[in-house]
Amino acid sequence: MNKTCCDQLVECLSEYIDGDLPPELVAQLEEHMSNCTDCRIVVDTTKKTISLYQQMTEDQHIPNSVVERLHKTLDISNFMKD
Amino acid sequence: MVVNKDAVISVDLLIKGDKEEFNKLIDAYSEKLYRLAISITGNNLDAEDVLQETFIKVIRSIGSFQGKSSIYTWIYRIAVNEAIQVLRKGRNLVSSLDDEDTEDISQPKEIRSWDLLPEDKIISKELKEKLDKAILQLSEKLKLVFVLRDLQDLSIQETAELLDVSEEVVKTRLLRARLALRESLTYYFEESRKEGKK
Repeated sequence: MNKTCCDQLVECLSEYIDGDLPPELVAQLEEHMSNCTDCRIVVDTTKKTISLYQQMTEDQHIPNSVVERLHKTLDISNFMKD
Repeated sequence: MVVNKDAVISVDLLIKGDKEEFNKLIDAYSEKLYRLAISITGNNLDAEDVLQETFIKVIRSIGSFQGKSSIYTWIYRIAVNEAIQVLRKGRNLVSSLDDEDTEDISQPKEIRSWDLLPEDKIISKELKEKLDKAILQLSEKLKLVFVLRDLQDLSIQETAELLDVSEEVVKTRLLRARLALRESLTYYFEESRKEGKK
């Protein structure tokens, strides 16, 4: 394992995952990952972490009862008098 | 930032106190603001409070809306600030987890593949609890950046502006948040593997 390359990958991990790195650097990191299981795992599990949280957030829906309460509580005419 | 493209809200009508327009506003933005609020506060009741306080502030200060950003962006900013206040109130009762310097998560420690991650993309109740617990353990600073950037899909620049920090700070916190959550989930999947659970 090349420690320097691993450190560089961690440093650029977010930008790499978000696709914000220049192509030359991406190629360099992917070349490193092709020989480094640890870095492949870190990238893969970090991507999965983000994906799980995004999925969990998408699964969150506001209950109808909450919307109903908002409409009931928030009568704009009451607040306009202030 | 993803804006609700279907909603055309008239600021003029809101300023005049038009009830129908205000109801339209609630219907258009509640779902997105609820997701934001629940991601930051971590529970349904607090999220509802955030929405209520946000809409009250919107009514009371719509007259000062200058149209420099979209109405959604303006309301979103109010909601983020409300959610941060609620989060801080809750945190104060438990403990302060706001010291970034005490967290040593700038490097991955536990490096194991997640063989047990379900392929069917359904998040089990147990996994959801673990995800909730892991995000609650983040400091406020890391959590806010993760929520805004990764869950609310704001850009680095938008996140920085909203939190009033530099883009470099956002990037640093984002990396730390992602690594910390990855670390927690790696422990969870490894424990699950050892217990032979699915």
